[in-house]
Amino acid sequence: MSDKRVDVPELTPKDFQSSQEVKWCAGCGDYSILAQVQRTLPTLGIPKEKFVWISGIGCSSRFPYYMDTFGMHGIHGRAAAIATGVKLNRPDLAVWVATGDGDLLSIGGNHFIHSCRKNIDLKIILFNNRIYGLTKGQFSPTSELGKKTKTSPYGTTEYPFNPLSLAIGSGATLVARAIDRDPKFLKDMIDKIAQHRGLAFLEVFQNCSIFNDGTYANLTDKETKDDAVVKLEHGKPMIFGKERNKGIRVEGMTPHVVDLDEGDYSADDLWVHDETDECIARAAILSHIEDRPGFPTPVGVFRSIRKKTYDEMFREQIDAAHAKGGGDSFADLLEAKNVWEVN
Amino acid sequence: MSDQKVEIIDEVTVRFAGDSGDGMQLAGSQFTNNTALAGHDLSTLPDYPAEIRAPAGTVFGVSGFQIHYSSSEIKTPGDAPDVLVAMNPAALKVNLPELKSSATIIVNTSSFDNKHLKLAGYENNPLEDDTLKGYNVIHVPMTQLTQDALEKVAISTKERERSKNFFALGLTFWLFSRDLTPTLDWIDAKFDGKPKLQEANKRALRAGYHFGEMKEIFSTRYVVEKAKLKKGKYRNVSGNEATALGFVAAAMKAKLELFLGSYPITPASEILQELSALKRFGVKTFQAEDEIAAICATIGASFTGALAITTTSGPGLALKTEATGLGVMTELPLVIVDVQRGGPSTGLPTKTEQADLLQALYGRNGEAPVCVLAAATPADCFYMAIEASRFALKYMTPVILLTDGYLANGSEPFRIPDESEIPEFPVEFRTDPKDFQPYARDINLSRPWAVPGTKGLEHRLGGLEKSHIYGNVSHVPENHEFMVRLREEKIMNIRQDIPDLEVVYDQDADVLVLTWGSSFGAATEAIRRIRKSGKKIAHAHLRYIFPTPKNMKDVLERFKTVVIPELNLGQLARVIRSEFLIEPKQINKVQGLPFKAIEIETELNKILGEQ
Repeated sequence: MSDKRVDVPELTPKDFQSSQEVKWCAGCGDYSILAQVQRTLPTLGIPKEKFVWISGIGCSSRFPYYMDTFGMHGIHGRAAAIATGVKLNRPDLAVWVATGDGDLLSIGGNHFIHSCRKNIDLKIILFNNRIYGLTKGQFSPTSELGKKTKTSPYGTTEYPFNPLSLAIGSGATLVARAIDRDPKFLKDMIDKIAQHRGLAFLEVFQNCSIFNDGTYANLTDKETKDDAVVKLEHGKPMIFGKERNKGIRVEGMTPHVVDLDEGDYSADDLWVHDETDECIARAAILSHIEDRPGFPTPVGVFRSIRKKTYDEMFREQIDAAHAKGGGDSFADLLEAKNVWEVN
Repeated sequence: MSDQKVEIIDEVTVRFAGDSGDGMQLAGSQFTNNTALAGHDLSTLPDYPAEIRAPAGTVFGVSGFQIHYSSSEIKTPGDAPDVLVAMNPAALKVNLPELKSSATIIVNTSSFDNKHLKLAGYENNPLEDDTLKGYNVIHVPMTQLTQDALEKVAISTKERERSKNFFALGLTFWLFSRDLTPTLDWIDAKFDGKPKLQEANKRALRAGYHFGEMKEIFSTRYVVEKAKLKKGKYRNVSGNEATALGFVAAAMKAKLELFLGSYPITPASEILQELSALKRFGVKTFQAEDEIAAICATIGASFTGALAITTTSGPGLALKTEATGLGVMTELPLVIVDVQRGGPSTGLPTKTEQADLLQALYGRNGEAPVCVLAAATPADCFYMAIEASRFALKYMTPVILLTDGYLANGSEPFRIPDESEIPEFPVEFRTDPKDFQPYARDINLSRPWAVPGTKGLEHRLGGLEKSHIYGNVSHVPENHEFMVRLREEKIMNIRQDIPDLEVVYDQDADVLVLTWGSSFGAATEAIRRIRKSGKKIAHAHLRYIFPTPKNMKDVLERFKTVVIPELNLGQLARVIRSEFLIEPKQINKVQGLPFKAIEIETELNKILGEQ
């Protein structure tokens, strides 16, 4: 990427702001994501016209309208599929997907898992507010079990998806999480997925101030957040807590929270995060760790590995076939087999 | 040597039939290739069950392949076979009612044992009672003779048995005085690297041929003269092959790269297969996770400047409905090919029907007009693929191209056009940022195609209604009505590129036969026979279904009676009735099978009798 940066005129966040008035509700977490994206893209050294934003349907999916790049507001659930066509036809473009929990994980689930499996070079940002916002408050596939919504007045009877676990299991090569209320960290994560080659998936915990306000309060309130969130850093032990005195230790396949002040364990005894681990087992454990009582919710890069992308292999086959010659004339096309002549 | 007499005939219809594992499609397609290379006009009709291997020996598992070839121009795969090759009792039972009354039946007697007779539901052996009275029945223990011929080839008994289709083919080649060379060459190429199978199949082919020569089982050998086709180079094509080739040709003419997003579905999968093998032409094929992803990826490729197409059959077209609407709204060029099959629902996957016309015309939410075209013959698929591409690109719109299972799998000789015969239609991408507006219009009402990566043209498309010229999201009531009308008008503008509907044969007739799609062949043959009998009748074939040709109304009003034969309950008739306020007569068939010429002929004669 560094060689590309040279010729690109200096861009600013303002260059990425479209003329359209942003119409999300006051206090919506989407504003934060938009702001951090608009701050990050100018720093990447990629010309503005090379960005394409694709979305589906939902509050999150209005995102492309607010970006002064090429974009398409698609149909419900199909953003990843549309983005795939964009990337395959024009591998030189930087293709980004803005999507929500209903869009990506309910109606669009199939496209999501297959995009991950194929490792197509797409950047997917999931705006996860655990609710259907645009249709005004029905439960979504990430709503917690028992949640009362307009369509579940007695509480839901279904278990939620764990989006990171799904992405890891499906083969995504970069999997990360950030929270809308921590803009600096969010920007770091957007930068991480921007730099990645292959399917990069970023889940953003995003507050819906109207229909699901406070769903992540525990992770964002000053009093609780330091004990409730652990920031993953590659090559570093997992330490968290207001006093930075708690750590995560793993024995076999079982993680434990340990107190570093008690003297039994030091930082050297903790789980050292390795995002490049080829095996998905640890990333999978990590993606479910907050389900355990007393454990914090991890944010950061869970997994980041380099694997040849679908679009690279797709292009290579065509180039190789081209290199063998032919493929340029009608005669080559139509007279390839069993031709006879009538005089 | 035998001294059988050789008789010269004008045309013949041969059907190969056996168990779905007996290799009948292969025998049929090899007979077809050989026939094409021998310079005949031909038309073929494969007919196979939906199951890959239905229970062996049963009537459900019978697979057939029919070829009609001639020394003069022909339009159909033949109504009733002159020759049936029946590999087992079930094949005989299924096909017997279809044969000409004096047909020759070549029977593989090796399989007429109690077990197979019972599986076919025969209480008595039909070779031993009156069942086949009047037919010219030739008894050949093909399985046994094949085993004998391959005795020295070191392969298993089972593998030897599998070569019996080549024995049957060789025997048929002898009957019709054919040169074995092209088929021997094909075997060498097909089984390259498998010398034992090459040897086995070649031996079986020759054994069948020599059996015909040495044993005086046939009293007559037949020769069909070469057809007097228009001068030029020819190859045989199926409709699906022709469709694939047409799109590659269209991409060349438009100077674009071809992108296909598709999901395997019978009977359309061969288009995806064909195009997947043409990477040297820069063809990009994406086998998607489902039908919806296939069209959505196609829309993405279209956005970025490809000649973007998706191929499917009826159930897939239903799944693509919403995304087709997105294509209408974003005004991006794309072609959707629907190889129609029997419906509704899963219906008859391997059988043909023309019952997706109304789905293609009207099957979308909102006012969402798209151009709808239909190919007439297997070779015509090539030209209609080009037409569909040309319209999509010029008018920035989805275009639906209808073919069907009969065209897709059927084949005919295709005169290979010279590159200069097909005009170029290069597209112009918008590159100038000055005064660029994504929903501004050209003289045809098409909006500019401004592809991502072009500096200064950043803009957003989407499924929400767009403001005229600027393309921003707009909920303004007047703008919506304006845009709805504008999109409709744009599609109607395609009329300026559509040739007039041509009326052939008797211009002064009372009755006009109006056909669309694959009914063309059988109707043409029926009309030929009726005119031969001295009656007057006219024919018009509709390739451009929406919008219709400019002179459509004039043509329809010129005739006292308009008759529409179609493989549905009257879908085009319904459209004609509502659009042109005339009352057409209908000839309908919904059996998963194409029309036979005799069926249309009979109905037309009744209608002519009423005049």
